[in-house]
Amino acid sequence: MSMTYSYYKNMQLNNIIFVYQGEVTADLVSSILQMVENKLEGEGEDRKVKKRVFNVMVECLQNVYHHLDALPPTDPSNPVRDKTALLMIGREEKDYYIITGNHVLNDRIPELKSRLDRINRATKEELKQLYQEVLTGTGFSEKGTAGLGMIDIARKSGQRLGYDFHPVNDRYSFFSLEARVSRIPEK
Amino acid sequence: MEALRIESTHKTPRVILDPENGIFEFSGRSIPEDSVGFYTPIFAWLEEYSKQPLPVTHVRFDLEYFNTSSSKNILEVLKRLEAIHAAGHEVRVTWYYDEDDEDMEETGQDYQALLNLPIELSVKVQS
Repeated sequence: MSMTYSYYKNMQLNNIIFVYQGEVTADLVSSILQMVENKLEGEGEDRKVKKRVFNVMVECLQNVYHHLDALPPTDPSNPVRDKTALLMIGREEKDYYIITGNHVLNDRIPELKSRLDRINRATKEELKQLYQEVLTGTGFSEKGTAGLGMIDIARKSGQRLGYDFHPVNDRYSFFSLEARVSRIPEK
Repeated sequence: MEALRIESTHKTPRVILDPENGIFEFSGRSIPEDSVGFYTPIFAWLEEYSKQPLPVTHVRFDLEYFNTSSSKNILEVLKRLEAIHAAGHEVRVTWYYDEDDEDMEETGQDYQALLNLPIELSVKVQS
């Protein structure tokens, strides 16, 4: 029990309003979205900021959910056997931040990294263009909507996406992604 | 043909496709994980409607939020409407957004840029 206070202090220091570690299911994603939405509503956050945070949160959480769904389920070298991930939402003075963390196959890192770097280098106008390209299927070669999700997060965030790949074993790394949404609505 | 009516949920929009009056509506939020599953019956319905559309069809998009997987399906809906329009049956789309919601306004502009279909962007009157 002695750890409880230090967890609490730690969360408070890092301005964490929500953290979850465990299996990610569709129902769980729905519940988190609803809970955080109610919280933003209750605290009288600016409507535009609230919408952006919610939008970015939807993409981040569903991104993780879809990604975990695609992992090979019975791979013995997978450090976690179930669809476990970390989801975290915090509020600082100037920004909300949404952090997700999940295991990815090392083979996927180069592609993910180059995609994120490309998004981070793009201007607002280039992101708009890229979004339209991927939406109409002429953008990133990979099928599905994963590419679109990250572009959308970047567009709505208006800030660079933070990311990290932490090596776990020779097949897996822990991928964390951070998206920030400014609390100061620009005019 | 019968109208298609789907009530909204906290994850899916209200959909009304009324073939008698040529009035279509998509409103609320569209953030399901499986958006293809939600939109498939809508595509089938539009396919049927496109065989004998009214001379003018009014389509209202009044969405609060949607996820990127819905955005692909919404594009697909608009493409079907574009085809009806191209075949000589007028389709008028109005894309509503809140005055301070420039993200939704921008998404409307994205669709305008991608389609040969009259899409009017309109600020929603505050209730």
